[in-house]
Amino acid sequence: MEKTVVLRVNGHPNSVTIDPETPLLYALRNHLQLNGPKYGCGVALCGSCMVLLDGKAQPSCIMPCSAAATHEITTLEGIGNQQQLHPVQRAVIDLQAAQCGYCLNGVIMCGKQLLDENPDPSDEEIREALQRVLCRCGTHTRFIGAIKKAAVYKRQ
Amino acid sequence: MPSPSQDQAFSTSRRRFLQQTGQLLIGFSILPALGKLSTAVAESGTPPFADAINTWLRIDADGQLTVLTGKTELGQGIKTALMQIAAEELDIPMKNVHIVIADTGRTPDERYTAGSASIESSGGAIREAAAEARRVLLGMAATELKVPVDQLLVKDGVVTAATSQQSVSYAALLKGKAIEGTVTGKAPQKDPSKYTIVGTAWPREDIKLMATGQPVYIQDMRLPDMVHARILRPPVYGAKLKSLPDNATGNAAGIIKLVRNGSFVGVITRDEYQAIKAIRNLQQKAVWDRPLLLPAQDGLYDHLLQQTGNSEVVERNDKVEPAIAAASNQVEAVYKRPYQIHGSIGPSCAIALWQNNELTVWSHTQGAFPLRSTLSDLLRLPETSIRVIATPGAGCYGHNGADDVGADAALLAMQLPGKPVRVQWMREDEHSWEPYGSAMVMRLKGGLDKDGKLLALHTELWSDTHSSRPGGKAGHFIAGRDLEQPFTFTAGRFSGGSYRNALPLYDTLRQVVLNNCKGPLRSSALRSLGAYANIFALESFMDELAHKAGKDPARFRLDNLKDDRAKAVIETVMKMTQWNDRMERREPQRGLGIAFAQYKNDAAYFAVVAEVEIDTAAKQYRLKKLTGAIDAGQVINIDGVKNQTEGGMIQSASWSMLESVRYHEKGIITRGWDTYPIMRFKSVPAIEVAVLNRPGMEPMGAGEAAQGPVAAAIANALFQATGSRLRELPLRPAQINWK
Ligand code: FES
Ligand code: FES
Repeated sequence: MEKTVVLRVNGHPNSVTIDPETPLLYALRNHLQLNGPKYGCGVALCGSCMVLLDGKAQPSCIMPCSAAATHEITTLEGIGNQQQLHPVQRAVIDLQAAQCGYCLNGVIMCGKQLLDENPDPSDEEIREALQRVLCRCGTHTRFIGAIKKAAVYKRQ
Repeated sequence: MPSPSQDQAFSTSRRRFLQQTGQLLIGFSILPALGKLSTAVAESGTPPFADAINTWLRIDADGQLTVLTGKTELGQGIKTALMQIAAEELDIPMKNVHIVIADTGRTPDERYTAGSASIESSGGAIREAAAEARRVLLGMAATELKVPVDQLLVKDGVVTAATSQQSVSYAALLKGKAIEGTVTGKAPQKDPSKYTIVGTAWPREDIKLMATGQPVYIQDMRLPDMVHARILRPPVYGAKLKSLPDNATGNAAGIIKLVRNGSFVGVITRDEYQAIKAIRNLQQKAVWDRPLLLPAQDGLYDHLLQQTGNSEVVERNDKVEPAIAAASNQVEAVYKRPYQIHGSIGPSCAIALWQNNELTVWSHTQGAFPLRSTLSDLLRLPETSIRVIATPGAGCYGHNGADDVGADAALLAMQLPGKPVRVQWMREDEHSWEPYGSAMVMRLKGGLDKDGKLLALHTELWSDTHSSRPGGKAGHFIAGRDLEQPFTFTAGRFSGGSYRNALPLYDTLRQVVLNNCKGPLRSSALRSLGAYANIFALESFMDELAHKAGKDPARFRLDNLKDDRAKAVIETVMKMTQWNDRMERREPQRGLGIAFAQYKNDAAYFAVVAEVEIDTAAKQYRLKKLTGAIDAGQVINIDGVKNQTEGGMIQSASWSMLESVRYHEKGIITRGWDTYPIMRFKSVPAIEVAVLNRPGMEPMGAGEAAQGPVAAAIANALFQATGSRLRELPLRPAQINWK
C-alpha cells in the first residue's frame, strides 16, 4: 500500500508517495533523483548506498522509508557541490582518488562523518572508518591519503 | 586501423533514428558524463569510416575539438589519455577538448575495450588522425595567410605566420565544416621530446562529477517514462522452468508486465522496488527442472587434469625434456587457481527502448559493436535497426554481466514498445551469473646444472576458455539459452588467453603445452586472462628454482634475463626495498618475496616486492607492503599509469589472498559479499609504485601488468617467512605449516 511519507533530505522536507517498506535508497534515487547513494548489494555489505542519518554514515539500502522519516538525511549532494566542495570532495579531486568511482559515495560519506568527529585521524582510524565500504578498483590507498588531506583542508 | 564497418547506403528513417536517439541522449541527464559535445558531433548521424579524419575528430565553429573513440571508459581514465593525445598533436588546449565513447551510431568500430590495448590501438589511430588534421589545417592556413607551411606556428588552436605575425584559428579556417581528408598514416607527427600535454598527470574531469553526485553512470540515467525491471534467473546453470503459477507475482503493486519466454522471465514495474518484490515472490513459486552442477568442487582440479584430449603445443622444443632429465637438479611443482569473479561494485545495468521498429540500448559493455551484432542475432533484427550507446558503469575488469543485462533489457523492451526499460541486476545475479575467470592448473618442470644455472623449463597447463564474449552469437547471452527456442552456446575456438604469459621470458630452453578443458562454471575474460595464473605459477617456480640453486631469487632472475628493460624494473624494486640489505639481515616474523613479468611477453614490464608479517600464535599473516615498478613505454598520463597499477596490485592481492568461487551440486554458493569476501580497507597493504617513463618508445597499456606478479610475490614472501610453499590460490593461512 502506498502512503505519503515525508523525508527530510539535505535540509528540505520532501513528500513522497511510496510503499513505506521501500528501502530509502530507491526513494532517494528514483523519487528524488539523487545520484550520490548507489545500489551495490542491498544488504548493507558494500557501502555504495551510504547516507548520513543524523550525521552518522548508514547504508540506505536496508532502512525502510517509514523508519527513515524520523531522521535528518544527508546525501553526497547535500555536503557540497561543484562550486562549493566539501573538503573531502576537494581532496578526492585533488589527489585524483578514483578509478571507476562507483564506491566514492561511501568513501566520502564515511570520511565526512569521521572528520566531523575526529579532525586529525590516524591512518588506522581512517581505515576503520572506511571498513564498511568496498572498492573493487583498488583505490584504497589513495582514499586514505585523500581523507588525510581533507583533514588538513578542514583545519585550514 | 579498423575497416569501415557499415556501407554508405543510409536510409532517411535510419538517419532520423540516430538523430532522435542522439538528441535523447543530449536532452537528458547522462550528458555531463560525456562532457560538452560540440554541435558538430551532436547533429551528426553520419556512419563512421575509419580512414576519414572526420571519423576520429571534429572541430566545431567555437574551436572545440571532439575526439571520437570506439573504446569505452571503464574507470581506467582512457578518455583523458585519448584527449591528451589529440590535444598534443593539434596544439589545442585541453579545456577545449571533448570525447565521445563507443556509440554504434557515431563512433568508429573498435570492437572491445580489452587487453590493455586502447592506448596502443585507439590512441595510435587518434594520433594519426590528429596529425593528418594538423597537416590539412596547416595547408588551409598557408593559403589563407599566404605563407609556406614551414613558416607557420600553432598555439592554442591558432595558426600564426612567423614572419608577418598574422594569424587564423582552426575554427575560422573550418567555419564549422568537417576536416576533409583521409588518414594516410604519413602525416608528420610531433617529436615526443616536444610533448607538453602527453606524459603529464592531466587530471580526469569526471572525478569531480563523481565526487559531487552528478549523473555519471548508466545506473544514474533516467529517461522520461522509464520503467524498471528485474529478471528471474534460474537457480543453477541449465535449469528449465517447469511451471510458474498465473498469480505468481502475488498481487504486488505496480506491475506493468510479466514477460515469459521459455525459461526467461522478467517483470516490468513502475517503481524499482516493486520489481524486486515481485521477483522475490516469483522465486518462491517457480518450479524448475534442475540439472546437477558437477563435478563436485573437491574434484574440480582432477577433473581438469583428466582432460588431455584437446591439447596444443604452444611452443615446442624437443631439447627441453632431455635437458631436464639430464640435469643434476630437477624441480617439479603443480599450481592451482580457482574460479574467481570480476565483482563489479555496481551490478550490471542496461536500458533499452523499442520505438518505431528501432531498438536503442544503453550499456556499459566493453564492445558496443559486437553487442549490437549479438542483439541482432538474438532478436532477429537487422543491425541497422539497433543502436548501442556505451555509457560508463562501475569498473568491470573484463567480461562481466554487462552484455547479458543488455540482452535482458532488449528482450523486455521489445514487449513494451515506446517505454525505456531499465534492468538492474541484483547483487546475487552478478555473483552467480557473471562469467568467471577460469579455474586453472599449471605443472612446471625445470632443470638446474650443478652450479645452479637454469637449463630448461617445461610448462603444461589446463584451462577453460578466457573468452566467451558475445561476438555475434546469441547463445553467449544467458537469456539466449533460456528462451522457448533457445540458442545454444558454442564455445568459440579457445583463445590465446589461456596460455598468456605461460611462455617464460627467461633465457632458457622452453616448451609449453596447453590442455583446453571444459570446466563446470561459466568462464570468460577476467583482467589479464590466463596470465594471472600462469605468472603466479612461473614466478613461484622461479623462486623454488632459486632456492634449490642456493641463489638470491632476485639475482637468479637477473642472471637469466637478457632484456635490459626487464632487468631495470627488477633492479628498481630491489633498490626501493633495499632488497640486498634486507635479505642479509633477515627480520624475524617477516618475509620478502619478489616476482616479475612482461605482460603478454610484449607489453608493460612490471616487478614487485611483497612484504608479509606473520603471527605464528594466531596462525595468520598480514600483507604489509607492495612495492612495484612499471615500464609501460612512453607514458601518456603518468598519474593514470600509477593509479591503474596501484589498483591492479590491490585487486590482485585480494584475488590472491581471499578469493574463490564455491559451488555445490545445486548451484553457486558464493552469491554475495558475505560468502565471497574481498579485501577491505583494514587489510589493504601500503603501496608504492615507480613508473619508468620511456619517451619515444611505443606506449603500452598498464592495466593488467600487476595481476600475476603480485600473486607470486606474496606466495614467495610467505615461503621466506614460514618455509611453506603455497601453490594453490588463494593463499590461505591454513596451507601454511605453522609447526
Ligand atoms: S547497497 Fe547498501 S551497503 Fe551495499
Ligand atoms: S574506484 Fe571503482 S570501486 Fe572504487
